Amino acid sequence: MNDRLLPIHSALITASCFLLLCLLSANETVGQVDSAVSSESQLTDFSLPPALQAAEQQRIAAIAKASQTAIGIFGPGGNGGGSGVVISAAGYAVTNFHVIQGCKEFMKCSMNDGNLYDAVIVGIDATGDVALIKLLGRNDFPFSNFADSDNVQPGDQCFVVGNPFLLATNFQPTVSFGIVSGTHRYQYPAGSILEYTDCIQTDAAINPGNSGGPMFNIDGDLIGINGRGSFEKRGRVNVGVGYAISGNQVQYFLSHLKSGRLVDHATVGFTVATDSEGVVRVDSILEGSQAYRRGVRYDDELVKFAGRKIRSVNQFKNVLGIYPKGWRVPVQFRRGEKATDIVVQLTGVHDPEELISIVAGNQQPKLKPGEKKDPQEFRNDPVDKADAPFKHADLYEAKRGFANYQFNLANRDRVWRAFQQQTDFGEQKLAWRLIGKNSDGEPVTLVLRDDKSGIQTANETYVLDSNLDLSSQLAPADSGGFLVAMHLWRTFLIQGPAKFGDSVYAGQIPIQNAAPMEMMTSTQGVIECNLFFDTEDRMLKRFEMFPDLDKDHCEVSFADYQSIEGLSFPSTIRFQSGDFEAETLQIDRVEFLNNSSNETGTDDSVKESSK
Amino acid sequence: MMVVNHNSISRLTTCIALTALLIFSSSVDAQSSYQSVCRDTQPKMVKINGGGGVRGWEAYQSGFCISADGLILTAWSYVLDVDSVKVTLDDGQKFDAKLVGYDPKIEIAVLKIEADGLPHFRLDAAVPAKLGNRILAFSNLYGVAAGDEPYSVQAGVVGAITNLSSRRGAFDSAYRGEVYLLDAITNNPGATGGAICDRKGRLVGMIGKELRDKQLGTWLNFALPISSIVDSVQEIRSGKMVVESKPTGRKPSEPMTLDLLGLVLVPDVVDRTPPFVDRIVLNSAADSAGLMPDDLIISVNGNLCTSIQAFAELLEFIDRDSTVELMIRRGKQFESVEVRLGQ
Repeated sequence: MNDRLLPIHSALITASCFLLLCLLSANETVGQVDSAVSSESQLTDFSLPPALQAAEQQRIAAIAKASQTAIGIFGPGGNGGGSGVVISAAGYAVTNFHVIQGCKEFMKCSMNDGNLYDAVIVGIDATGDVALIKLLGRNDFPFSNFADSDNVQPGDQCFVVGNPFLLATNFQPTVSFGIVSGTHRYQYPAGSILEYTDCIQTDAAINPGNSGGPMFNIDGDLIGINGRGSFEKRGRVNVGVGYAISGNQVQYFLSHLKSGRLVDHATVGFTVATDSEGVVRVDSILEGSQAYRRGVRYDDELVKFAGRKIRSVNQFKNVLGIYPKGWRVPVQFRRGEKATDIVVQLTGVHDPEELISIVAGNQQPKLKPGEKKDPQEFRNDPVDKADAPFKHADLYEAKRGFANYQFNLANRDRVWRAFQQQTDFGEQKLAWRLIGKNSDGEPVTLVLRDDKSGIQTANETYVLDSNLDLSSQLAPADSGGFLVAMHLWRTFLIQGPAKFGDSVYAGQIPIQNAAPMEMMTSTQGVIECNLFFDTEDRMLKRFEMFPDLDKDHCEVSFADYQSIEGLSFPSTIRFQSGDFEAETLQIDRVEFLNNSSNETGTDDSVKESSK
Repeated sequence: MMVVNHNSISRLTTCIALTALLIFSSSVDAQSSYQSVCRDTQPKMVKINGGGGVRGWEAYQSGFCISADGLILTAWSYVLDVDSVKVTLDDGQKFDAKLVGYDPKIEIAVLKIEADGLPHFRLDAAVPAKLGNRILAFSNLYGVAAGDEPYSVQAGVVGAITNLSSRRGAFDSAYRGEVYLLDAITNNPGATGGAICDRKGRLVGMIGKELRDKQLGTWLNFALPISSIVDSVQEIRSGKMVVESKPTGRKPSEPMTLDLLGLVLVPDVVDRTPPFVDRIVLNSAADSAGLMPDDLIISVNGNLCTSIQAFAELLEFIDRDSTVELMIRRGKQFESVEVRLGQ
């Protein structure tokens, strides 16, 4: 089992002998050195203290475990390539975007077992220089587990595994040892992308070909993905300064990458600068941004971002850079003596078209007049399937804006089917009447119908007409459009993601310190909806409706599902928009009425129910 | 048939034990001890920003505190050759630093910031490194760290202890003394002036400049032992080799002049024109002392002179009948020259 490690042992012995010779030659004659070599049997009798043996065994075990999971990646025809690491038994593997950029949809991956596996592209994070691929042909791939990379400290021992200079002609990866030189490093974008935020710096040798390969801690658990080094005038070889994308950043993006999309990094709508006293302040802010609507203004001090104290611009960029678009982060800012805590939803850094252009290898989004885009360069243009390994060809589907649309469809259907298995609204096409109370104990009735929906409280009645523009019917006031949200909620539950509109699985996002939920985005006309499904009980827990991205949206959360006529209905519905206080509705009863057959329309059915 | 000397076996066993300890013992507790050495050392390190910034000439280098009241040891380089050198402490506090003095022979400099109670290395507590010792190198290589971000740390072994002068042809260095050659790639851009510690965190050396072998194109990773630096630092602290120190005492009625010495310097065209020798008057005092065109005057009677103007001012304090001690740089070599007017 340890055959593979022999070179490492012999290297250590060589090093011991070399040192021995150095020490001896300082004050011994050549003859005595000879005698030292001749009495080598002394070495074999020599036993090390148990603590040393344990440390050595730990290292041997860590390398044995970790090097099983490192892969070499080769483009079509064996050209180009780099390294990667398998992170699940199903064969998902992480690498650098710049490693697979030259590959097409399918690539070849070598493993330490001496086998070459086909792999397919899954997701791309061009900004963070990460790509997810999936090795094919097994369901029991050896894989590495992530360790919490925020626990990594300067001085920790670490090792990197990979295929430097593409040496691994027998597919056995190279292992280099070192220490962690720095953590939470910020490395400016190389060109317009490939920004490395919050990365781990090491003196372990990272050379061309190591790109995309794993960095492990001394236990052999994954802490980072090696991606670049400082080279400059020394030429493109290791100078003891390599950087790895933090394992935690990769984990935040992982479900997003599995969605088959070209995923984007995040921006918060403001930038910061350090003032003359070293305080980090907002130096520009977009008025349409959520941060502005929550009260952030020019010159406010940024105290905390996503739970971390901010003392420099780099720190801010570090924290911002590890989250995908759509993530929600707490922000603390201070004006004068007053500190304010808010939560901001992060928006994308890039325009979707810009992202497509970057991934296609065209880093100048604007073309010169008369210049034509070479269709060959575009990953998402229809490809010649004859190039792909035939037996796996159905694992790739091209679509503009996606790395591999097949994985998006599969995940979208997975989430939706899991929900439908709990409760299927597909046949419940009658009008829905929800009867309950608001938090003041006053009666509230909601009627949801294909053509019209309405809400009636003790004092007011609102009705919307689904044939008119929904984004201009945002009643009740200050709710961000609760009635529209509920109308669309019903429509989605009946129609499902495929019929409702342009529905995309987005990955997992945690909401307010809770466990991450599966997120689906769905667009109907100008209205964008986010749906959140619980990963445990599979239920729809949250529905966000954005009538206008520059205005506060309506957030509806659903809880306490109860069985009514064979369906699961939420008995607690809570909605909120912007700074306005949340309202909670307690639903006592749900009735299914004849849909549009009722000539009197929603107004009447609402009134009828309130009697 | 090999005759095995009993004595040599016992010595051999000791050597094996030592070797084994060197290689393995450090890895047992390396994880925790390296972490704690890093934590203890980082607060003593400072980031230095100054001149440069053009292609291939980084405007930053490394340095560390050597006194609680703000003395900083670093490498003497073009980075310090500006009016305003900025020093950033480990906690992000920024200071304007004053160049106290420097020793061009070994290319070290001492800066001063107005601060107190700073964590620092004591030079008198520095230890010499031995061959095979494990070391940690702390530097701001590539300017990776800014503000309160910690220095980069690298691990390595002292691979050789030798004199840099033995490879003078290949390595173009003013420093000729003993160096520690390291197996870690420590001498990166911006790393010069960084600290080398042993694995207990004791100061061992200062990272040298970037040196490239002219023939092979390879780069040397080396550090200056603190023992080679400490005397110069003492001199600077005691007021010698100090920048802009005006000689005390009265000006003599008949001072020394360039004409009397037979020295013709290059035209004084810019502020702080370096005092390069243009010509030597035949059979003059300078001629007989062996001065040559293109020599750069570094100091006069132990006072540094960075410009033609400073040189001329220093001469005004020297009686024309006394001996003038000049330190000059000729190519990469430093030489001391005594000039005395002919009888």
